[in-house]
Amino acid sequence: MATSSVPAQPVYTDSVVRWFSVAAVVYGIVGMLVGVIIASQLAWPELNFGIPYITYGRLRPLHTNAVIFAFGGCVLFATSYHVVQRTCQTALFLPKLAWFTFIGWNLIIVSAVVTLPLGFTSGKEYAELEWPIDLAIAVVWVAYAVVFFGTVGIRKVRHIYVANWFFGAFIIAVALLHIVNSAEIPVSLTKSYSAYAGVQDAMVQWWYGHNAVGFFLTAGFLGIMYYYIPKQAERPVYSYRLSIVHFWALIFTYMWAGPHHLHYTALPDWAQSVGMVFSLVLLAPSWGGMINGIMTLSGAWHKLRDDPILKFLIVSLSFYGMSTFEGPMMSIKTVNALSHYTDWTVGHVHSGALGWVGMVSIGALYHLIPRMFGRKAMFSTRAIELHFWIATIGIVLYIAAMWIAGVMQGLMWRAVNPDGTLVYSFVESVKATYPFYVIRVLGGLLYLTGMLIMGWNMAMTMLNGRAVTTPIPAVAAHA
Amino acid sequence: MDILYLLIPLSAVLVLAIIGVFGWALHRGQFDDLEREGERILQQEATAVDTDQASCQPVQKQFGG
Repeated sequence: MATSSVPAQPVYTDSVVRWFSVAAVVYGIVGMLVGVIIASQLAWPELNFGIPYITYGRLRPLHTNAVIFAFGGCVLFATSYHVVQRTCQTALFLPKLAWFTFIGWNLIIVSAVVTLPLGFTSGKEYAELEWPIDLAIAVVWVAYAVVFFGTVGIRKVRHIYVANWFFGAFIIAVALLHIVNSAEIPVSLTKSYSAYAGVQDAMVQWWYGHNAVGFFLTAGFLGIMYYYIPKQAERPVYSYRLSIVHFWALIFTYMWAGPHHLHYTALPDWAQSVGMVFSLVLLAPSWGGMINGIMTLSGAWHKLRDDPILKFLIVSLSFYGMSTFEGPMMSIKTVNALSHYTDWTVGHVHSGALGWVGMVSIGALYHLIPRMFGRKAMFSTRAIELHFWIATIGIVLYIAAMWIAGVMQGLMWRAVNPDGTLVYSFVESVKATYPFYVIRVLGGLLYLTGMLIMGWNMAMTMLNGRAVTTPIPAVAAHA
Repeated sequence: MDILYLLIPLSAVLVLAIIGVFGWALHRGQFDDLEREGERILQQEATAVDTDQASCQPVQKQFGG
């Protein structure tokens, strides 16, 4: 480090982080609004008004794509670009390419918003987008990998912080999953057929689907957890050693949990059992990570009382622990015989999505946004507190309703008279579910309200702040 | 189930690659002084303007070197 008098101090590439953060909140609101609409349609089917573009079948993939890839994706882009720069003490590698990922990802989201309501779909869950968009995703993703790993490559700190390992694994795994699962044969610009058929296709689909949960919705967000919880708590992670073990254990065991989505199907029985065993094994690294994150507050629990951002982050880990316990239990074949195809699955997904992914994202964004706009904190801390409680109550209503509905459906479907006939017709189980669908709408509405409060808080923070540049500090000599 | 002839080797190759990366990290001393590395991200903020861009006039920190 030269000690010349006034060196033009290099600054972090924060513009792209700033816009991904803002986009995340906007897409969060839109995606959750669509979620509330389709939840309402399940309770009151007339709400599609006979318009094909807003029927449940078309809006449901729009909802999942919007919350996972638009909201979750933008959160991951923003936080990974932020964390990799701060922990490597360097600006982004190829900042223009980072801007390309921002523009490209947003164009992909826009094309999803147009094509899904029009009914263009490849029919693969969480991979509905048609082949031209799939190609665009692959291009943007490769650019993302170049920027991220390039930044790690030019790091000024020798040690690669654990969050970057999680982000890196997420980027590589998603590239691999996307390319294998999206192998398809186009028949026109808007229609393609999967390269695989029948149970083969189902196996690839859930190899992709579950690993998308494992790497997109878990590994990426664990990267967020391992940076933003220590930063917000102002304490190092409880055991850094355990975080390293957590990482390697998780990525070694995740790849083969997918077959638990295909219990009691044409998939060979042994493959189902392998999926179940790997799912059960996953409980260990998951809980190790959860305990590690929560224990970061050990000795400073009082911070949880005053700081609503920490509440979001720590409660997100409780939901992570809950869903990663519930998931392995549901992958046990005998439990799955009851839970599969019921709304219990939907409840499980949302305890992970709203509780873990949503809350850890919201907490990280509340930490990140003010720093991106030159403020110490969000415009209103009380609004964050309010957001926290509204969101928590919303989640509890949602998942409790779906638990009850799911177990009830499972029991009704399997109830058999002594003469072997079914006790209930299917429509009777639908009718019995109605009140729980209404409670679910209420829970979703609360969660959406929280996001609207966040949108207001962000807008006020932006109006009262300004885009700032942050100089890169000189690397400490002992590094 | 021909698809397993693709997915299982793919996973096996991936595991080998992961072992390779782990070996690289181990060899390059990534895990040498772990507990200090956990604290580094907190120390950095002390030198970064990151914490407090809000109102402060630019105070040039010229300590150390």
